[in-house]
Amino acid sequence: MTTHQEPEPGNDEAVATAAHGTAPAVVGDPIADPGLPPHEPRPTDVDPHAERRAERQVATLFGLSTVFAILFVVSYFAFDVGKKPTVIAGYGASNVALGVTLGLALLLIGVGAIQWARKLMSDVEIVEMRHPASSSEQDREDAVAALGQGISDSGIARRPLLRNSLIGALAALGLPAIVALRDLGPLPRGDLAVTVWKKGMRLVNDVAGTPIKPEDVEIGQLINGEPAVFYEDKPDGEPKFEGTRLNDAKTKAAIIIVRMQPGDITPPKGRENWGVEGILCYSKICTHVGCPISLWEQQTHHLLCPCHQSTFDLADGGKVIFGPAARSLPQLPIMVDSEGYLVAQSDFTEPVGPSYWERG
Amino acid sequence: MSTSTNGRTAAKAPGNDKLAEAASWLDDRVGLAALAKKQIRKVFPDHWSFMLGEIALWSFVVLLLTGTFLTLWFKPSMTEVTYNGSYDLLRGVKMSEAYESALHLSFDVRGGLLMRQVHHWAANLFIAAMLVHLMRVFLTGAFRKPRELNWVIGSLLLLLGTLEGFTGYSLPDDLLSGTGIRAADGFMLAVPVVGTYVSFFLFGGQFPGDDIIPRLFTAHILLLPGILLALIGAHMLLLVFHKHTQWPGPGRTNDNVVGYPLLPVYTAKAGGFFFIVFGATALMGGLFTINPVWKFGPYDPSQVTAGSQPDWYMGWPDGALRIFPNWETHLWGFTLSWNIFLPIIVLPGVVFTAVLLLPFLEAWITGDKREHHLLQRPRNAPSRTALLVALMTFYGILWEASGNDLIATHFHLNLNYITYFNRIMVFVGPVLAFIITRRWCISLQRGDRDRLLHGYESGIIMRSPEGAYAEKHLPISVGEAYSLTARDREELAPPPSAVDGNGVANRRARGEGLRWKVRHFWFAHDIEKPTRAELEEAQHHADHELTMHEDGHQHLTESGYTGDYELDGTPADGHQFDGRHDISGDELRKGH
Repeated sequence: MTTHQEPEPGNDEAVATAAHGTAPAVVGDPIADPGLPPHEPRPTDVDPHAERRAERQVATLFGLSTVFAILFVVSYFAFDVGKKPTVIAGYGASNVALGVTLGLALLLIGVGAIQWARKLMSDVEIVEMRHPASSSEQDREDAVAALGQGISDSGIARRPLLRNSLIGALAALGLPAIVALRDLGPLPRGDLAVTVWKKGMRLVNDVAGTPIKPEDVEIGQLINGEPAVFYEDKPDGEPKFEGTRLNDAKTKAAIIIVRMQPGDITPPKGRENWGVEGILCYSKICTHVGCPISLWEQQTHHLLCPCHQSTFDLADGGKVIFGPAARSLPQLPIMVDSEGYLVAQSDFTEPVGPSYWERG
Repeated sequence: MSTSTNGRTAAKAPGNDKLAEAASWLDDRVGLAALAKKQIRKVFPDHWSFMLGEIALWSFVVLLLTGTFLTLWFKPSMTEVTYNGSYDLLRGVKMSEAYESALHLSFDVRGGLLMRQVHHWAANLFIAAMLVHLMRVFLTGAFRKPRELNWVIGSLLLLLGTLEGFTGYSLPDDLLSGTGIRAADGFMLAVPVVGTYVSFFLFGGQFPGDDIIPRLFTAHILLLPGILLALIGAHMLLLVFHKHTQWPGPGRTNDNVVGYPLLPVYTAKAGGFFFIVFGATALMGGLFTINPVWKFGPYDPSQVTAGSQPDWYMGWPDGALRIFPNWETHLWGFTLSWNIFLPIIVLPGVVFTAVLLLPFLEAWITGDKREHHLLQRPRNAPSRTALLVALMTFYGILWEASGNDLIATHFHLNLNYITYFNRIMVFVGPVLAFIITRRWCISLQRGDRDRLLHGYESGIIMRSPEGAYAEKHLPISVGEAYSLTARDREELAPPPSAVDGNGVANRRARGEGLRWKVRHFWFAHDIEKPTRAELEEAQHHADHELTMHEDGHQHLTESGYTGDYELDGTPADGHQFDGRHDISGDELRKGH
């Protein structure tokens, strides 16, 4: 058989292979290894014109890459971003130009390098022998002996007192490592069970914070609401809730207000007085994993969560009628205050949002 | 190692004194010549499927480069600011500094949007490439001894890459990413006993708080990439140590590796491929919008967009979450949310552990303790291939389930029915896929066997004297025949008996019996390659068919005709492959 290979400088394995060849097994199962086929020369190996052409191709690719790198710099300065971005054909010119020029500058280097490898670098296959992953038996024995010698020198087996006290000390170090993380956050102390809602707090819409009268709500309408306190200021003029604290409170206090035909509603026991003239108020936070819900189907009184498609029947106490959520949407009991605006009768009577272990 | 102390004798390459001098300088200080002489010309075999892992590797490098660029402007802070930047539609809106800096990167930093988009595209590509690479390794049996540990490292890379992706797309603090974090908080709360504590510690109190973005940022740019980098290093070191697997073929055996040297061929090919991956992602970043955070607006826990979905690799657990029944248990004042805990915490853990253990599971079934460096064609391990396709089907159904709302709206289908369909298909689909794939593989094995015994279909139709038509088969090349037969025979030992030859009870019979049953299930239907005797018999048969008698007559035994008939004896006229000629000297196919 012919393997057509040069002895590799410094590569003993390849040299050995070249000398012996990959000797085909005498009897194969069922066919003997015919050995590597002879090397077929490429056009660039035998035709100097083809070789020069390939060289020119590669150099052209690298040259074009340089051109695109320069065009990238030109685009960087030529096209504006910010308040008055350069727009060409509806696209932000800067991003498109930078992406295309950078992409082509990179691609052409890659294509050129691979073309170089395929056309001009030697395509003679080299054979290298494998060795088992394992070390020699002797090496293994020596390693085990060295390990044994080391362990024995340390005396860790003969001195259990030292060994055990060390293990104890290392284990105790785990305590500082864990305890040091204690201040990552406060302990949950029932915070998930309460919201900012309380008796007499007005329901406002979440766009402008305007309070809502029953006559403002049409039958079939859904209003995204919030507690009025989010729009109130402290005596010093600062908002009572802002930034992160506002988001924390909103996560639990967001509501939806819907109005249905009073006859369509079948209030659960004890909730007969939780609504006002067919207006009911529910938590907006899904009881599954906490997405805000607002896909409202007024004909069926169904509310669909856009995250995992749990569906709640708002005419039937917010009961789950489809999807992965396990619990009804918590309902906020509402009434009308002396000025005729919708207000809460109390906080939610159960924790809102996703279930958690201590929820009960 | 050289014992020379003057430093002038080491690493002398002929006719290249300057190179030798530089090499000597380095070797005098780090002494790596002994290692380098082997590795510089290390041989790698060539096949397109070996490129998949390379895509993952290079997209990780792209992620490191573009990610570093992004950190120069991104502010991982949840402090509330009022936007006053270039994007008109959000001016005056209150938002976190993180979101504001993401907008600043997108609108006011030249190349910032490009780098954001390249980073996001490369992240999707990174995980996709890892997943496809994993499937390639599994389908070809490249995970077998001695490479099991590299399989484990690779699986960990996939898991950590997924987490890295999640922490990354959560950082801009836009409405979509915030909804994702909100759901993740819901997942944590569903963990029994410790869930609420995990959530409070991670978020620094109640969701959302103001700690989560900086904490995810640290995980995303330091902790996870550090571990990823270390594992990628280990993955590559083991690859070099084991040497790459190769496809069997003439001269390519289990004891050698045939291919091109690292320097120059693979330096140019793999190095060039880095530029291609980077270039392709740069083009995508320039031309295709991804994650347009300015359209989503800042995070507000009371708002959500319909059709909210995570990045594609988070889809399958999300699908499981969508189709899981709404089970919840209340016991002794505590709540157990099976509907969340099982699909989103337990299931991914179980699936990941199963994937991690696949090599060990197969080794247990086969009982094979040999080293394997030759790849198997997927058809030659029908049960393994079928198992992977079953897993892919499981994954695919769940992935599709995570888009149930979009399927419903786009195809005008009933959302509830889609969900019921998925609940059934997630169990039935993998079983069907297993059966179909296995039969398919076995048929392909039969095809290979026929090709070996009867040759390839020549396309030459012969008409027998009775008027019957048959296609002429011609023998395949020795090289192809060798490649097709270069695989192990799966011989099934008889089932273990409860007593051994001396009548002594075999205590391990029960375990061995189970293993035998599984092995039987695994291999019993496979088609073995022909034996030497079968091949010779077929060869003899074909020779006989083609033999020309001295008087110019030839038997056409297969057609049932036993008499002799005249040959015209004219040379190549277009009819010379009619089976009545000796074709041994003719070139039947032009070499391509």
